[in-house]
Amino acid sequence: MGIRTLIVMLVASILLIAFLALKPAYSLFLPGLLEGALLTAKITVLGCLLAVAMGVLAALGKLYGPAPIRWLANLYIEIFRGTSALVQLFWLFFVLPQFGISLEPFTVAVLGLGLNVGAYGAECVRGAVTSVARGQWEAATALNMTRAQMLRRIILPQAFIAMIPPWGNLFIELLKSTALVSLITLSDLAFKAQQMNQTTMKTIPIFTLVLLIYLAMSLVITIGMRYLEGRMSKGLARGRTV
Amino acid sequence: MTDKPMVRFDKVSKRYGPLTVLDSLELDIHRGEKVAIIGPSGSGKTTVLRMLMTLETIDDGVIWVEGEPLTHMERNGRLVPADQAHIRKIRSQIGMVFQSFNLFPHMTAMANCIEAPMTVLGMKKAEAEARAAELLEMVGLGQKKAHYPSQLSGGQQQRVAIARALAMRPKIMLFDEVTSALDPELVGEVLQVIRRLGSEHDLTMLMVTHQMGFAKEFADRICFFYQGKICEQGPPKEFFGNPKNERTRQFLHAVLEAG
Repeated sequence: MGIRTLIVMLVASILLIAFLALKPAYSLFLPGLLEGALLTAKITVLGCLLAVAMGVLAALGKLYGPAPIRWLANLYIEIFRGTSALVQLFWLFFVLPQFGISLEPFTVAVLGLGLNVGAYGAECVRGAVTSVARGQWEAATALNMTRAQMLRRIILPQAFIAMIPPWGNLFIELLKSTALVSLITLSDLAFKAQQMNQTTMKTIPIFTLVLLIYLAMSLVITIGMRYLEGRMSKGLARGRTV
Repeated sequence: MTDKPMVRFDKVSKRYGPLTVLDSLELDIHRGEKVAIIGPSGSGKTTVLRMLMTLETIDDGVIWVEGEPLTHMERNGRLVPADQAHIRKIRSQIGMVFQSFNLFPHMTAMANCIEAPMTVLGMKKAEAEARAAELLEMVGLGQKKAHYPSQLSGGQQQRVAIARALAMRPKIMLFDEVTSALDPELVGEVLQVIRRLGSEHDLTMLMVTHQMGFAKEFADRICFFYQGKICEQGPPKEFFGNPKNERTRQFLHAVLEAG
């Protein structure tokens, strides 16, 4: 889908929310839901930042680190990919305090979801980095760059473009996983909805609004990633180079 | 220092498993000399350049650059395998142009040429740009500075690659089949640039090529590689005019036959 269509969808969903909010049956719930949505958005943004940082670090560690770092990176990737996000959140929230480490629920949410998605991200960073043509490394070597300079200036910028679509998927996954944080006492969008539904039984307006709000947020991510992809691939579009 | 060869391969061998690609190679290249390396595919000719550029490790022997070991360093009077810092120090004198150009696709022609001078040599942007502009002008691409590689023809890309390598001010330039990936009508413009480099700069040049005509006219010496060894070498006139080795004769015959 083109970026224009996506923007039209986003505007339409926001207009629809605004339109529904004109009706008292809906407007009653909107403030509470938006409050939850704000928390969901905060966790998503911070979680995504952590995921990217962890993904890049783990991938580079796995690819180029000395043995202990490589081992550590592998351990991280396998553990966080191999167990469910819910179990990880529970572990951070309920088990860590037993060892004397108590974290705020919000911190646990960002940490748990960021680490979980970062482990998946590491594999897509690794794939993208290794897909950069060998000739690029060789040209950089011939220009006498250090390994770090090659990665930073030559390899990662090219790998970055290949990473954008899979990262877009992961960010949306993360957004949707935030619904789990209600289980560690946070009042996110999904939790607010459930709470309101239990007390008022107004299922249709509540979950219609929730659906539209989630959709709008995920569209923001998709549009942002598309824009980034377009900007970054300048000059690469019709790549003639090997 | 001056009597030392610019590059010396001292009994250098390269093996891939059971396959010996280069067998105890001994080759001296003098300052300012232009050497063309020819030979059938699989003869190890490209490996010579790649080893000198440190893109391949060597299994035996030592490569010297201006009297200093490239692959090794001296420690307590003995030669031990070089560390990265030593390799980078010696390697700074060598530049290379590749068959498949290997330009950085996410950078314009200008950015390709200023990247390493800035990050590796720590040059200021203005200075690096002035130098790159001069070089791009020299290779005939003064008007294409802001173009990305994907917007340039193969011949233009290869000329940018030459400018990019020169921007690091190497003393030794390696050309690895630089016209092999080009459409025939684009070969001339690249060879023209190399010709000009040869006449205007005090560069030592080593090229692997299939362009016999160009090798004959341009090189000071031709080295014919066969099965990992130098089979015959000499000044082009002698080499092409009166090849002594049977293998050389066969090769030249086959190549000239193909036109």
